[in-house]
Amino acid sequence: MKTVMRFALALCGATALATAVTAQNAPTINFDSAPNTLTLPDDVYLGEVGGVATNSRGDIFVYTRTGHPTISMASARPFVHGGSRLFQFDRNGKFTREIGQGVYGFLFAAQVRVDPQDNLWVVDEYSSMVMRFDPQGRVAFLLGRKPESIQNPGRAGGGGGAEGGGRGGGAPGAGAPQDVFNRPTDVAWDAQGNIFVADGRGNARVAKFSKDGVFVKSWGQRGNATGQFATVDSIAVDAQGNVYAADGGNQRIQVFDNNGAFKTEIKSVGNAQAICITPGANQVMYVSNSNPPNDLDNAGEIYKMRLDGTIVGKFGRAGKLLKEFGTVNAIDCRTDNVLYVGEVGNFRVQKLTLR
Amino acid sequence: MTRILASACAIVTLAAGPAFAQAKATIAGVPEIPFTTVPNFLKLPPGEYLGESVAVATNSKGNIYVFHRRDTTRLFEFDRNGNFLREIGKGYYGFEFAHSVRVDKDDNIWTVDEGTNLVTKFSPQGKVLMVIGRRPPAIDGPVIAPAGPNPPAQKYILCRPSDVGFDPQGNIFISDGYCNNRVVKYDKNGRFVAQVGSEKAGNKLGEFNLPHGLQVDERGHVWVADRTNTRYQELDNDLKPIREITNLGTGWTLCISPGPHQYIFFSNSNPNGNPQGSWENTGEIYKAEIDGTVIGKFGKPGKIAPGFQVVHKIDCRNPNELILGEIESWRVQKYILQPTPARPSAGR
Repeated sequence: MKTVMRFALALCGATALATAVTAQNAPTINFDSAPNTLTLPDDVYLGEVGGVATNSRGDIFVYTRTGHPTISMASARPFVHGGSRLFQFDRNGKFTREIGQGVYGFLFAAQVRVDPQDNLWVVDEYSSMVMRFDPQGRVAFLLGRKPESIQNPGRAGGGGGAEGGGRGGGAPGAGAPQDVFNRPTDVAWDAQGNIFVADGRGNARVAKFSKDGVFVKSWGQRGNATGQFATVDSIAVDAQGNVYAADGGNQRIQVFDNNGAFKTEIKSVGNAQAICITPGANQVMYVSNSNPPNDLDNAGEIYKMRLDGTIVGKFGRAGKLLKEFGTVNAIDCRTDNVLYVGEVGNFRVQKLTLR
Repeated sequence: MTRILASACAIVTLAAGPAFAQAKATIAGVPEIPFTTVPNFLKLPPGEYLGESVAVATNSKGNIYVFHRRDTTRLFEFDRNGNFLREIGKGYYGFEFAHSVRVDKDDNIWTVDEGTNLVTKFSPQGKVLMVIGRRPPAIDGPVIAPAGPNPPAQKYILCRPSDVGFDPQGNIFISDGYCNNRVVKYDKNGRFVAQVGSEKAGNKLGEFNLPHGLQVDERGHVWVADRTNTRYQELDNDLKPIREITNLGTGWTLCISPGPHQYIFFSNSNPNGNPQGSWENTGEIYKAEIDGTVIGKFGKPGKIAPGFQVVHKIDCRNPNELILGEIESWRVQKYILQPTPARPSAGR
């Protein structure tokens, strides 16, 4: 608690607001969801939405698990291909184009984010790659390498990694001091362009790289102690360079300074599977307490909070109708009160306007 | 090795014998219904083919949907005369291994995919409106049939679902399926309401062993083809069992016609693989009043049309013009039945 307070004071000079509002008594934020946010061509279907993001022009990018993930037979290795696609829409939701059709690393959509230069960053959980496309849609920069032969992990293990351990050895989930990921989930940048990768669900660490892709350091391993993660499901960086790592499996968001020193944790918002910090001067964070796919009768709401962890309000619940959410995996919050939300369960993107 | 094969064959043969005895319908004295068929009913564009045509349904305009297993699972739409119109859901994440397609009263198209464990509601225009269940994530690797008992059934996760139906209020009923052994009721918004049966197979009333087909009548009663139990069960709208029907053979699939006078068609489908003796004992379809009184039968197995090769789904929007989807012949047939005299006392 002391740490929370110190952090709150340091960050925005706030006083003891952090405990005034709890998840239970948080005010409800009224909001609308625009029907038919995206207009799809007849032969294009969204599947589970891993990521949704907008660029500076308002174009919308959706990275979705669709088509057919396939393991080829009768070759020297079980080669895995297909299963995810990246679509672009204009600001009105009209389909513009597909990017990366048939590219080597598109298997199981985890996330798409757009950086300040309008580059697209695509994170794939199964190929364990972070792929940067330039605004024209060309592959420009890669972190990670798709395993040559994705082992059949059985139903218990993850894609490509040793069971429970860090790919590359070391402490469980700690990974190796390089850009070899195991089920990465997300990526973020600080103002200097340093890259932070949420790595993820096979590993359980945050990996930092310079803007040129030089490994700087990583921190975290599997566990529930301070600085450890059950999973790193989502990541965001604020204007001061603090790193917010959503540790959904431990029902918390951990906050670190730019070099990975633990600052505080935010524990009040459940299974933080998707987080987004708004740009601009008065930053706020949106956090989804995403329902697991097997339960639509609990959780599912999204919280709006200050960066010190104070809850401003909440909205929505699990379900299949508009204004209900089916396992939110992505939030875009480029504009303060207009959100794009990507859902695993409902194969859709909703455009929300908060009132 | 030879010995192992020989033993395996012996076991299969032993197992197959009694199953067929059971599969033979024990009902007697049912009159034959005369019928004609429309040869080469569905016209495909050059280069297009049907695969295992496990599911057919029509909408209110008479357009025909065929959900079939080809290179991947595909959903084709034809007009009422059998001319190809379009494909819906090409590359859709919820299509892997077709099992059923049904059309609701608002002409929405519902697919049941046994490979992805997904039930999908498409608008009449072919846009996804609702998804029930979750496809096993690719990142978890191929699904291996687990040894031992099925894991507990979950409210919102299906396990090889087989069919879907709707009551007049729009509640959704799903037969689930090949690994779970239950019927689930959701409200029209996809929220879980109730289930009967469980992950465990059983043969008491309200238990199932491969619930394989499902339809809901105008009273909201739910009819289930309980395949491995070689019977049909009738449930009320709250899924409370009312009765079983055990004398109509394999219990493979059924269809209930709409309107003020409803009929039920029960298919004693010849089983997959055409095992020895099956053509003598199975293959016919029964027509019954909604109270279960059987009033006629027609059809028999055969490789050549109008024979049946495992009738898997029946469309009976018009009870005198049936459209039949078959697994092993990769075809869809249209049967025109001679109307049966109405029995006002039995129908409603």
